[in-house]
Amino acid sequence: MSETSSPRIVIVGAGPAGIRAAATLVEAGLHPVVIDEGNRAGGQIYRRPPDGFVRTPEQLYGSEAAKARALHALFDRLVADGRLTHCADSSVIAVHEGRLQMLGEGGVQLVSYDRLILATGASDRVAPVPGWQSAGVYSLGAAQIALKAQGVALGRRIVLVGSGPLLTLVGTQLIKAGADVAAVLDTSPWRQQMRGLWDLAARPLVALRGLALRARLGGRYHAGVKLEEIEADGKGVSAMRWRDAGRRQHLTSCDTIGMGWHLRAETHLADLAGCAFIYDEQWRQWLPKTDRMGRAGGGVYLAGDGVRLLGADGAEIAGRLAAAACLADLGLPAPSLGADLRKLARLERFARGLVRAFPWPAAMARALPDNAVVCRCENVTAAAVRQSSDFGGSEANRVKALSRVGMGRCQGRYCQLAAVELIAAQTGCTPGAVGRFRGQAPVRPAPVGAFLQDGSWRGGDHV
Amino acid sequence: MITAGRIVRLAERDRAVVHFFLDGEMRGALAGDTVLTAMLASGHALRKSEFGPEPRAGFCLMGACQDCWVWQDEGPRMRACSSLVNPGMRLRTTPPESWP
Repeated sequence: MSETSSPRIVIVGAGPAGIRAAATLVEAGLHPVVIDEGNRAGGQIYRRPPDGFVRTPEQLYGSEAAKARALHALFDRLVADGRLTHCADSSVIAVHEGRLQMLGEGGVQLVSYDRLILATGASDRVAPVPGWQSAGVYSLGAAQIALKAQGVALGRRIVLVGSGPLLTLVGTQLIKAGADVAAVLDTSPWRQQMRGLWDLAARPLVALRGLALRARLGGRYHAGVKLEEIEADGKGVSAMRWRDAGRRQHLTSCDTIGMGWHLRAETHLADLAGCAFIYDEQWRQWLPKTDRMGRAGGGVYLAGDGVRLLGADGAEIAGRLAAAACLADLGLPAPSLGADLRKLARLERFARGLVRAFPWPAAMARALPDNAVVCRCENVTAAAVRQSSDFGGSEANRVKALSRVGMGRCQGRYCQLAAVELIAAQTGCTPGAVGRFRGQAPVRPAPVGAFLQDGSWRGGDHV
Repeated sequence: MITAGRIVRLAERDRAVVHFFLDGEMRGALAGDTVLTAMLASGHALRKSEFGPEPRAGFCLMGACQDCWVWQDEGPRMRACSSLVNPGMRLRTTPPESWP
């Protein structure tokens, strides 16, 4: 490999965006380094089970099987042909001035780069429901991963709550696999969902497929619900208490809850890499600023759900665009991607429809009872967040320091958006004015021993 | 396989059985199970919360929330959702006695 003279490009993430970015760079004659937390490339949506599992891509990914197959085959071929370096089972935990720290089986290694493409994806956007700290409460993505990558249901009787495309999809996937889904509770009322229709028509087939899936849920599906409390006993979840659109109260017994309101971009590394952020009113979250191609400045490029929540198809496009931008900035011939840019505009219109139809439940978060847990890591309550903003003001990091909301092991990934709503309501300002929790390295917990090898710091480049 | 635990196996049941130890007792799992799947196939939780009375059983299953850290007999903790179970692995739901 003649890597000495060619620029070192590191891609973080091997989902649809990372794979397409890598392939675009390889086509241009470069040899990228791809670092991914997964054992096998594919990301979350096209996640592959461990060796020894036998279900086909058609069984695992349904209508998206061909896309999953193509991405897996492409990446595996690039690895087999030695066209890229794949660091699997490895987490990037810090980024600073052209170098990053990679945590893997062998400890922490330093990896230097000339250009960095972050394709870090997204996780479920969750909002607290009283009782959600109980064992048996999972994200919707978790329920899907358990089914896809392990062939299991996370409980014997499952209630799904939230809003967005994943709510319907996970419900139908679980039912098809033979799980007992007791109810699918959507916090978005029908009239709100109708408001998204015009933009959802940008992808008529996808929208129709969604409606067909919804139909399969039958009487389990309820729109416009109010989620009141997750009841639990010593073992974990025992029931979901909720009100239907007609305000009638229901108690649905279950041992498992899956929850989620669409997605939250994973942005910790973009933050450490120095990207600027804006509070996006449409997505109701902080997102890194880039141009259309994904340029964030300073040799950093962003692609996929970590910057624009457009799903897997959008991520494939964004991966190609980011790599093309990177090539152009290096003065190398870059592919022309006019068709991709046009398709991106269509996906963005569809995404606007999704956001309008299945909104973030800001009012529910703001009305959280005082004794409800906001931060699952350390059981910080709504009262603690409210009192801290009474005392410390409206700035997110000040409230974080006083109440410890966002200081637990997940580093605010699952509480930040609700905490910001609580602070905004308490202090009378907008979520954008409250600000965002600053990212801190390491972005994954790292054992102290990982930084030591034979009792000494392993400096230098190893990849 | 007996599943008196939280999870229900719906597919991929024809894998080799592996044994591991949980709090000193031998348990069965299937090759390719994550530690989380293995532990919840015969139990209802992974650990106790340090900040409340409730047990915890994981949350995101994609390595982001860190809810599923479990103890090993020899000391270090591991993330149950992203580690595969190995034959003879010795896991604990409580910190080892050597932990201060």
